[in-house]
Amino acid sequence: MSSDNILLDVKNLKKYFPVRKGVLRRVVAHVKAVDDIDMYIKEGETLGLVGESGCGKTTTGRTILRLIEPTAGEVRFRSKKLAGQGEEYKEVDVATASRKTLKALRRDMQVIFQDPYSSLNPRMTVGAIVGEPLLVHRVAKGRERENRVRELLASVGLKPDHMKRYPHEFSGGQRQRIGVARALALDPQLIIADEPVSALDVSIQAQVLNMLEDLQEEFGLTYLFIAHDLSVVKHISDRVAVMYLGKIVELCKTEELFTNPKHPYTEALMSAVPVPDPDYNVERILLEGDVPSPVNPPSGCYFHPRCRYAKDTCKTEAPVYRDLGNEHFVCCHFADSLSLRPVRTG
Amino acid sequence: MPLIEVRDLKTYFYTEDGVVRAVDGVDFTIEPEKTLGVVGESGCGKTVAALSVMGLIQIPPGKIETGEILYHRDGKVTELTGLNPKGREYRSIRGNEIAMIFQEPMTSLNPVYTIGNQIMEAIILHQHLKKKEARKKAIEMLHAVGIPVPEQRVDEYPHQLSGGMRQRAMIAMALSCNPSLLIADEPTTALDVTIEAQVLDLMNGLRENFNTAIQFITHDLGVIAQMADDVVIMYLGKIVESATASEIFHNTKHPYTQGLMNSIPSLATTKKERLIPIKGVVPDPFEVPEGCGFEPRCPQAMEICKTKIPPLKEVASCHLAACWLYE
Repeated sequence: MSSDNILLDVKNLKKYFPVRKGVLRRVVAHVKAVDDIDMYIKEGETLGLVGESGCGKTTTGRTILRLIEPTAGEVRFRSKKLAGQGEEYKEVDVATASRKTLKALRRDMQVIFQDPYSSLNPRMTVGAIVGEPLLVHRVAKGRERENRVRELLASVGLKPDHMKRYPHEFSGGQRQRIGVARALALDPQLIIADEPVSALDVSIQAQVLNMLEDLQEEFGLTYLFIAHDLSVVKHISDRVAVMYLGKIVELCKTEELFTNPKHPYTEALMSAVPVPDPDYNVERILLEGDVPSPVNPPSGCYFHPRCRYAKDTCKTEAPVYRDLGNEHFVCCHFADSLSLRPVRTG
Repeated sequence: MPLIEVRDLKTYFYTEDGVVRAVDGVDFTIEPEKTLGVVGESGCGKTVAALSVMGLIQIPPGKIETGEILYHRDGKVTELTGLNPKGREYRSIRGNEIAMIFQEPMTSLNPVYTIGNQIMEAIILHQHLKKKEARKKAIEMLHAVGIPVPEQRVDEYPHQLSGGMRQRAMIAMALSCNPSLLIADEPTTALDVTIEAQVLDLMNGLRENFNTAIQFITHDLGVIAQMADDVVIMYLGKIVESATASEIFHNTKHPYTQGLMNSIPSLATTKKERLIPIKGVVPDPFEVPEGCGFEPRCPQAMEICKTKIPPLKEVASCHLAACWLYE
């Protein structure tokens, strides 16, 4: 890694959930939700994280924020707010940070949730919801806090008089805007957006996506954008990470991923996306079967039972996650020799 | 001859807060062995229109105000809205000649019965087979929809199957009586893309093998492009545009359809091309605009749009649109 503007550097992050059985609640197995992943996010960029349900993308996001305790690994974050005098930033390991440091870190790392219905407290007014982080972190109170909330609502396209209303009075898209305003309240550096548009109607999705892009420019935000919709991820991301069964199988620049995929799973995933053109008649790559259980993943490469290029090596040896050059990371034995089909362009 | 002809269908719901005109004067036809795609956002009435055909509207609060649903079979025409939804004749059609699959396979399968039992129920009821034969048929159907080891799966409960498998089981159930029309209400929305691709592929294959017409309801234009022969676009209980799939995508007429096409990010576009969203939100169903329902959000709205509802009329050959722009 040559570039020096890395905001978040995740190394060997693991999160295993124990599976308990029997009277003694003995641990009989582990769900390897996040299984040794490496990635970094540069300042001001959007890293997209795609994968199917159950692949561990949400757990990754939450473990990075330490909303879930990681099992192992490092999450190095360059915090501006924690920087001492004369320092531009202070590098902290979120995974091992003390309670006090963690609370301070929360001001720099925020989250937007998928479901705008369950992530807003129905008993609080919008003003109270958006202003709560300001109280908790003692940033502003009274009149000052009110003004700040007004500003925040304006920046996400809501009106100041919406402050006195309750979440149920808003549509899905507006609620998602409230969630974004709350995330922006403390002027964070990093926002982890966990499927922020998948619960919204298509015509509303575009509004929220455009708003997220505008806010990124205005406030210099860095996003980790988690989604299952490849078209949305392609639209918003600078780089994309593809996850499968708790592992990152491919990570590279967005253009590169869609024009020069190196992992068979990426190829199949892209080929599965329905193209809005009735004349598009290229045969699609159909993956057989379902995603295996993360409690008992396949041997060797986790993808081999569904991979159409699988060879004997894939059944026994786990491939190493490596850089093919030009920041194109991939986890496949045959990444160099396979010639895979890119997504249709034009 | 068409299979289903829906004419001026109006399905209203009388709630405490007022009348919801969920389906407000809709005409469409479904040709035998063809797929009709019905596209629209949540609340546009696409599901209610389908449930009206199935005779599954709960009365009250719902009521089919006016309109005809003509069902053509063996040279006979049956007017479905004239039948008692709970009566013998409707019941012999529903689930037998017209079948439906739903969006959420977990909530539409009964968790306390094995999937075999649930498939057999329809077979025993409609085809008057013995239990043993019905079971054989159920296994056959599970095999046809690509469920591995159907002899074993037939005795499993819905929770033992994955989402994609459950949807396959639903499809097996719906097709078990060889219906002439299959209504699929967002059948893949709850599934992951790779599983969605499997299910869509399966449905296309089955349509050919079983000669079934499909009414495919979805909000996903990509899925429609892949599945439908003809498409209707619904907005606020009305059809705003109706044409063949290739006309809809290559010669889009209605500003709402154009808006939908512009607002979806496509895998084909290059990065950072800005999306053009449709401004505003779908109006409250209790406060529907007086004129064209799309007028408040329409970038090309004119004076007349505020007061008069545009009729659905031909704007190109086999292409209908309801918009004053084409007057």
